[in-house]
Amino acid sequence: MEETITSKTTVEIRPPVTNIGVIGWMRANLFNGWFNSILTLAMLYLCWQTIPTFIDWAFINANWVTTSDQCKASDGACWSVVTSNIRFILFGFYPHDLQWRPLLAVVILVGLLIYSQNRNHWKKSLGYIWMTGLFVMGLLLKGGLFGLESVESNNWGGLPLTLLLSVFGLTAAYPVGIILALGRQTKMPIIKSFCVVYIELIRGVPLISLLFMSSVVFPLFLPEGMTVNKILRAQVAIILFTAAYIAEVVRGGLQGINRGQYEAAESLGLSYFQTMRLIILPQALKIVIPPSVSILISAFKDTSLVVIIALYDLLKTTQTTLTDPKWMGFSAEAYIFVALIYFVCCFFMSNYSRRLEKELDTGL
Amino acid sequence: MDTTSPEKIPFLRDPAKLAILYQILTVVGVGLLCYYLVHNTLANLERQSISTGFGFIEKEASFEIGESVIKYSAADSYGRALMVGFFNTLIVSFIGILLTVILGTFLGIARLSSNWLLAKISAIYIEIFQDIPILLQLFFWYAFFYEILPSPRAALNPMSGMFLCNRGLIFGIPVWHDAFKYAAIALILGCVIIFFMKKWAAKRQAATGMIFPVFRVSLAIIIGLPVITWFLAGAPTEMSIPKLSGFNFKGGLTISPEFTALLLGLVLYTAAFVAEVVRAGIQSVSKGQKEAAMSIGLKQGHVLNLVVLPQALRVIVPPLTSQLLNLTKNSSLAVAIGYPDFVSVAGTTINQTGQAIEGVALIMMVYLIFSLSTSAYMNWYNKKIALVER
Repeated sequence: MEETITSKTTVEIRPPVTNIGVIGWMRANLFNGWFNSILTLAMLYLCWQTIPTFIDWAFINANWVTTSDQCKASDGACWSVVTSNIRFILFGFYPHDLQWRPLLAVVILVGLLIYSQNRNHWKKSLGYIWMTGLFVMGLLLKGGLFGLESVESNNWGGLPLTLLLSVFGLTAAYPVGIILALGRQTKMPIIKSFCVVYIELIRGVPLISLLFMSSVVFPLFLPEGMTVNKILRAQVAIILFTAAYIAEVVRGGLQGINRGQYEAAESLGLSYFQTMRLIILPQALKIVIPPSVSILISAFKDTSLVVIIALYDLLKTTQTTLTDPKWMGFSAEAYIFVALIYFVCCFFMSNYSRRLEKELDTGL
Repeated sequence: MDTTSPEKIPFLRDPAKLAILYQILTVVGVGLLCYYLVHNTLANLERQSISTGFGFIEKEASFEIGESVIKYSAADSYGRALMVGFFNTLIVSFIGILLTVILGTFLGIARLSSNWLLAKISAIYIEIFQDIPILLQLFFWYAFFYEILPSPRAALNPMSGMFLCNRGLIFGIPVWHDAFKYAAIALILGCVIIFFMKKWAAKRQAATGMIFPVFRVSLAIIIGLPVITWFLAGAPTEMSIPKLSGFNFKGGLTISPEFTALLLGLVLYTAAFVAEVVRAGIQSVSKGQKEAAMSIGLKQGHVLNLVVLPQALRVIVPPLTSQLLNLTKNSSLAVAIGYPDFVSVAGTTINQTGQAIEGVALIMMVYLIFSLSTSAYMNWYNKKIALVER
């Protein structure tokens, strides 16, 4: 009996070598059909033309820590423009020996962001942690308390300013945006029309016109003798701008809530504010977390526009470095460095937003 | 106790009355704020002796503008200067939108390609260009023109008759001849003919079931008609080819570095977003639709034209228009690299006249016109393509 079962009679036929392994994969993904083959070859040629040249320029022939004269003599990339001016690019005109303070503030902020990524940490305490964190950041930058030397906000600049404008901007814009979204949803015609006009007006104009307004028109609005700091004015413009976009996102969330939820809350006898605070907003805001992260990304990128009203954010400090005759002509290297900072931040945020979208998708 | 008689609701618990109260409070609050701001502003304007109103539009601008499509000199009025800026914004947005749609569609389709290498390269492109601020990209391209490209004497020559140097992009154009005017008229005429032909073909197909090859005939008309006109008008082939003389090129058409940098930055940035929109649109059409169309025997082209595209476009067009509107709004960043668009001219006007409120109001008005007309179009389009449900 047992002898008959032995596998001598069966012959295993393996799939042809062209359908499996590396060759099979290449045939399926790179060379299926003449059109795809031509495309692949063209792409490979393009890569062959550009990538080795770029690597040569950026890494092999590059100057990392040299003087500008050595840079001008060589034909590789001159990363020295970044390494020699790194402190100015990152911190602007902040007093040189106090620059550990903005550095610490940035580290705290990044730490907070990383900590908040984990959804297990989303509790009430997280709100308090953030408030403390933002307060400590402000204190570190401003000083004047606990024996820290006071630093004029005119001297703030670089990366801390960029992060400050975007993170504070989004935090402050969120409540405003929620109020606007609720206002747009109400049945009170006057409040509704105010909110609609505001949202559509702001979304219809470029941010730069609001920044112009903050820098040239806003001072006219104030009573005589009163001045408001330039950074604060830009911050207000960014908040007003972001709020309109948040309002639209939150409105999307509110529209996603089932009518039954409102009716159930009403039948329990909850007032409008109780309904919103306890029933509707917690659900609506959960839906809109991923698009809110996208708004944070665009707010982060948009803060670079303050260059135009001459605030020393990350981009402006870089430009200032490049106007130094010693380092003139190395724009590509300096801009690539700044682009890398922006890219890394935005890349992580957008990946996070995509992941979150999948996790939060409850199939409703 | 009598439960049937209407209970008197206390004032603070009656939603209808509360709503009125809230609205009155809002109006009063906004009114007071406006009064306060206007009061302060008028006081400030008087103290700094800045005049108000749009009277400055008539005055002499006395500043030069680098490039303009209409005739302009420093002796012209501010109004004319602003017109120049407005047209410059229109031109860069229009060309930008055309190129962005083409590049974005290509990238979006490439992202879904079965060719692994193409899909990956397109994905990397989209990720990189989306995540770098547009202003930084503009600065980069601007620096690219001024620092990396050579002087006219050593200009790059990628194609014969085309030069790339730090004075911009210079290429040969045909010398003006009346034949081109007639060809342009023929082109417009061709579009009108196609429009009516399409209507007629649809009517005939509905009545008789016969299919008219609309696409091929349209293509023939749109290419053939202008070419025949051009040929009949004498077929002029004379070209104005740029030649190096002294320190710069003479002849041909020169596109300034500012314009090219702005266009390049806007197109490369927005195309990454458009690509994502196109990808999402194509993916939104379920596979079953395609399979069903194929199973009833439609050809590959018909599957795409009659089944996939109409459904994908319904998803693509709304976000696409908002991206293109973004491009128009982002063109205001021209001010940072010195291209004289509307914001840049208005900024100069503000600096010279000191009339900041009017200047900023003009800027906002122009962009509001753009965005309101776009949303009007969007509403019309959405109504037109809305699913007709039974």
